[in-house]
Amino acid sequence: MASRDDIKFLSNPNIGSRAKKYCRFKKFGIKHIDYKDPDFLMQFINAQGKVLPRRITGNSLKYQKRVAIAIKRARHLAFLPYVTDLLK
Amino acid sequence: MRQYEVTFIVDPVLSGDEIKSTAKTYSDMLEKEGAKIVNVDEMGLKQLAYSINKRSSGIYFCIEFSIVEGSVIPGLELALRRDERIMRFLTVRLDKYGVKYNDDKRNGLIGKVVKAKEKEEKKEYKKGRANKPAAKAAPAPAPAPVATPAPPKSEEE
Repeated sequence: MASRDDIKFLSNPNIGSRAKKYCRFKKFGIKHIDYKDPDFLMQFINAQGKVLPRRITGNSLKYQKRVAIAIKRARHLAFLPYVTDLLK
Repeated sequence: MRQYEVTFIVDPVLSGDEIKSTAKTYSDMLEKEGAKIVNVDEMGLKQLAYSINKRSSGIYFCIEFSIVEGSVIPGLELALRRDERIMRFLTVRLDKYGVKYNDDKRNGLIGKVVKAKEKEEKKEYKKGRANKPAAKAAPAPAPAPVATPAPPKSEEE
């Protein structure tokens, strides 16, 4: 019988699997999210300036809430727009 | 000693020294109330993400201070609200991570705030793992510099 490595598969076996999402705050040990610097917060909002959901950003609940609070503070201080289009 | 941080935007149409004096009035007021000013950070003229009462840019100030009792804050906010040179303000209490973050940022630990913060942690993370193989790599580059200076002399003669 043909052993496993003789068989030539038509397609790459792990083509469907996606990279494991992780919470960047826990992994890199970031403890404080600064509402004063918009570049960092820009990664968590979409093109219309809305806060991205956790399933997209992969954040843990604790840090997603802090990101949301920081984004709202940044909006209050006009670092980030409340609503816009083609932000990125 | 609780640490607070008040960020406010000053109207850009004022003259330079008036802007400075606005920031000064608030840091002096805090000092009079017994607060210890940790840092007054002038972020300078910035474009606003949306226009605030017909202005599209503003001068950002951020005063960090620590006080014993918090009853000073309502007085500060009342003054900020009354002052028409201030377009917008926000007072926030800092937890210990916030205080540490601001200190790191001041003495340059966090160079470019966005990536450096993650890179910095990643480097430590890698350094922990990499110091075993690094011992072998160190002696290898030593002989290389000796070889390079020799050839240029021979070309001159």
